[in-house]
Amino acid sequence: MMSSGFWSMGGYARFVWPCVGFTGAVLAWNLWAARRHFAAARTRSARALAMAASDGA
Amino acid sequence: MWTWFYRLASPPYVYWVAAAATPWFLSLSVVAIGYGLIAGLVFAPPDYQQGDAFRIIYVHAPSAWLSMFAYTTMALAGGIALIWRIKIGHAVAAASAPIGASFTVAALVTGSLWGRPMWGTYWAWDPRLTSELILLFLYVGVMALRPAFEEPGRGDRAAALLSIVGVVNIPIIHYSVVWWNSLHQGATVARLGVPKMPGSMLWPLLSMLLGFMLFYGAVLCIRLRGEVLNRERQSAWVREAIKA
Repeated sequence: MMSSGFWSMGGYARFVWPCVGFTGAVLAWNLWAARRHFAAARTRSARALAMAASDGA
Repeated sequence: MWTWFYRLASPPYVYWVAAAATPWFLSLSVVAIGYGLIAGLVFAPPDYQQGDAFRIIYVHAPSAWLSMFAYTTMALAGGIALIWRIKIGHAVAAASAPIGASFTVAALVTGSLWGRPMWGTYWAWDPRLTSELILLFLYVGVMALRPAFEEPGRGDRAAALLSIVGVVNIPIIHYSVVWWNSLHQGATVARLGVPKMPGSMLWPLLSMLLGFMLFYGAVLCIRLRGEVLNRERQSAWVREAIKA
């Protein structure tokens, strides 16, 4: 099935594969950005807790 | 029922439930999207009119569906937060906005690439395309409005109001192909009676739709945890959450 016919998508390869690639990139970006957002929130919270602890000491 | 409702709104409860749900959503989405892509791109037969170009539907339709679903979730969460003053609703709305916006871009780009061989143009001011573009502007507006106020509560309320007003665009997007003359094809799956597609084309599409929904659930859970931490930084339970 993985013949040149499959990759050429019946002559529509230049439309089909960019669509698949772009959507894959959007999926990957969402996962990366969400993890980054969470990690940043965690760091900010840890910093705020550390500052509160040092103020209390 | 109300006890459950208010427990569901508790930030630490939401934080831990989201943490537990994320790997399930993510692994199930990988299975569903994997099956949908292989079955849709490799095994589904070409369309009798569009040939292999129809396979763009397997990434375009789930993206477009998710763009509307994420917006509806955002507006509902904003409405719940405004009516019942449940703060977690604003956190859900804030977490949903960038996900929905990114899938709106995906729907517009893949739709444009599909339009070129089928309609002869990348873009037309067609009712479906224009209303989807308005959805993107609404997302951008909601995301820009939230941090535009010095007091975070006011930003949350303003963003919730805009998202509620903008939800009127969702039925316009869906029914635009029915109400007006449109280049865009009519509903394929979400129509009364039997879907237009044969099973060999339909099941991969349904699997992709499910996979995208599960992926949205996973990413929403991750973002929601970040939003909860940002909003509850001063709370005692956050100390335990950070250590975990």
